[in-house]
Amino acid sequence: MSVQNDTLKQIPNDEEIIEPTPGQIMRTRALRHWGLMIGGIVLGIIVILALAAPIAAPHDPYTQTLSNRLLPPVWDAKGSINHILGTDQVGRDYFSRLLYGARISLMIGFATVLLSGFIGTSLGLMAGYFGGRVDLFINYLITVRLSLPGILVALATVQLIGGSLPVVIAVLGFMLWVRFAVVIRSATMQIRNMDYIKAARAAGCSAFRLIVTQILPNVLNQFVVIATLEAAHAILLEAALSFLGIGVQPPLPSWGLMINEGKDYMFFKPYLISISGIALFCLVLSINLVGDGIRDVTAPENRN
Amino acid sequence: MLIYTIKRALLATLVALTVSMLTFGLLHLSSDPAVALAGEDATEEDIQMVRVDYGFDKPLPVQYLAWLTKALQGDLGTSFYFNIPVSKLLQQRLPVTLTLGACSLVFAILSAVPLGVLAAMRPNTKLDRFCLTLAVSAQAMPAFWFGLMLIVVFCLWFPLLPVSGSDTWQHFVMPTIVVGTNAMPAIMRLTRTGMLDVLATDYIRTARAKGLRPKTVLLKHALRNAVIPVIAVIGVQAGYMMGGSVIIETVFGLNGLGLLAYESIMYFDLACMEAVVLLLCFVFIITTFAADIMNAWLDPRIRIG
Repeated sequence: MSVQNDTLKQIPNDEEIIEPTPGQIMRTRALRHWGLMIGGIVLGIIVILALAAPIAAPHDPYTQTLSNRLLPPVWDAKGSINHILGTDQVGRDYFSRLLYGARISLMIGFATVLLSGFIGTSLGLMAGYFGGRVDLFINYLITVRLSLPGILVALATVQLIGGSLPVVIAVLGFMLWVRFAVVIRSATMQIRNMDYIKAARAAGCSAFRLIVTQILPNVLNQFVVIATLEAAHAILLEAALSFLGIGVQPPLPSWGLMINEGKDYMFFKPYLISISGIALFCLVLSINLVGDGIRDVTAPENRN
Repeated sequence: MLIYTIKRALLATLVALTVSMLTFGLLHLSSDPAVALAGEDATEEDIQMVRVDYGFDKPLPVQYLAWLTKALQGDLGTSFYFNIPVSKLLQQRLPVTLTLGACSLVFAILSAVPLGVLAAMRPNTKLDRFCLTLAVSAQAMPAFWFGLMLIVVFCLWFPLLPVSGSDTWQHFVMPTIVVGTNAMPAIMRLTRTGMLDVLATDYIRTARAKGLRPKTVLLKHALRNAVIPVIAVIGVQAGYMMGGSVIIETVFGLNGLGLLAYESIMYFDLACMEAVVLLLCFVFIITTFAADIMNAWLDPRIRIG
């Protein structure tokens, strides 16, 4: 639309007109997409901080100094630059815990999506490609899973098995595959009847090979969009589980757990819960913005 | 319509059965209930006795069938922790959660539908962007944290509302806001998309060309068709709300099903846990079933196709 008009204006004579390549169009679209840019920058900063946590953190996130309990952050009159965001109820440096907490959240998002994406995409591809009974059965699985109250089942299972990082990832992974399955299924159904699939089948491609080499690359866009949204979802769920005390266990600096630990002091030291909550909000928001942005840029026709 | 309803009802029953089997199996396989029941310093014999006593020694399908027949007769067992019949507990707690759910749903619809319509009336303007930003932000807000911040604002800075409990209507204000805000984005986005689609159709153009007032076109002609997908998502959101109540009720100490679920999970109260999970599943199945039927009633294409 406007992209092409602008390029036309800049080019003086007809002979030199070069059509922009699809890659160029996409790049321009991406650069003009505010949500994607803002989300991308914020997410980038969080990822860099998380990766650099061992260097960037001024203190050890686990060392307790009881004489330094509940120090206020630097903007408070009594704050000191030594503990930028103050200390928590057992005297651990809040800023350092926040940085290490970013690692946990990102890891939860990434690992959960790896697992749930694998389950959901396989089911969605099978349902969409084979159709018929396979589709009916997988659709039934989706309905059943949707009927289970996710948070509740996750809570009960994690508590019964015993809360820890791997258990939380596994339970969330087996919980959040539904949207992958639904979206990939309908995308596959659209692709299934295309000529190049027929050609591949006529050339003697096996079903497995056809799905993996012909269909999978063409549903990758949808996969990436769902993956970002589900990663954000997983991060929120982990925080909720840890907040209820049934998730990642102390002393790990999970943001949800930090809010849980700060809860008892929230009337005297509101920053104990507000800072990690804002961090959580920013992370989830930026991931969602990136996801929406990728969808807009790669498939603008689905924007609404 | 009748055939469609029967088909849907059969499917819903089948799903309910599968779900009950799944939760029963999942909760029984995740840990040994006898060990938790017998207490911390129980000997091997004690545990074995509990196991025989409660029938945990029998194969899982046998246990499930026994439990199912009893459950169908209204006997959900006795809560280990509260020491009263689970069905009684559910009766006590359900009204609170249903009240919260209904209030939040009304709050979500009343805030989401007008915003969605407004955004669709002026697509890609500042107003539209504002609505979408609101939706994205509400989506990214951790519900429990939002609840805590509301407590800080309305109980500490402006002491207007009670912190926790479920006795008066004031106790429901903050939980309603939190749960409603959580459900709002999905409803708003769908209203907006539905409206945009409908506004682009020929019959809207005809209505406008006839000289009908814009308000009539919007509310009478467009909204009616735009809400069809919205009703489906409201059914789903109502179900999510019930499941999500476990977090919000714990934050606000609201004495409903969610808090009961949390307590039973914390104390390994298996009978109670199962009953709550199942009850919430059934509420979800019923709400989606109701939404399906309502959609089919509104849109003949669905019940025939």
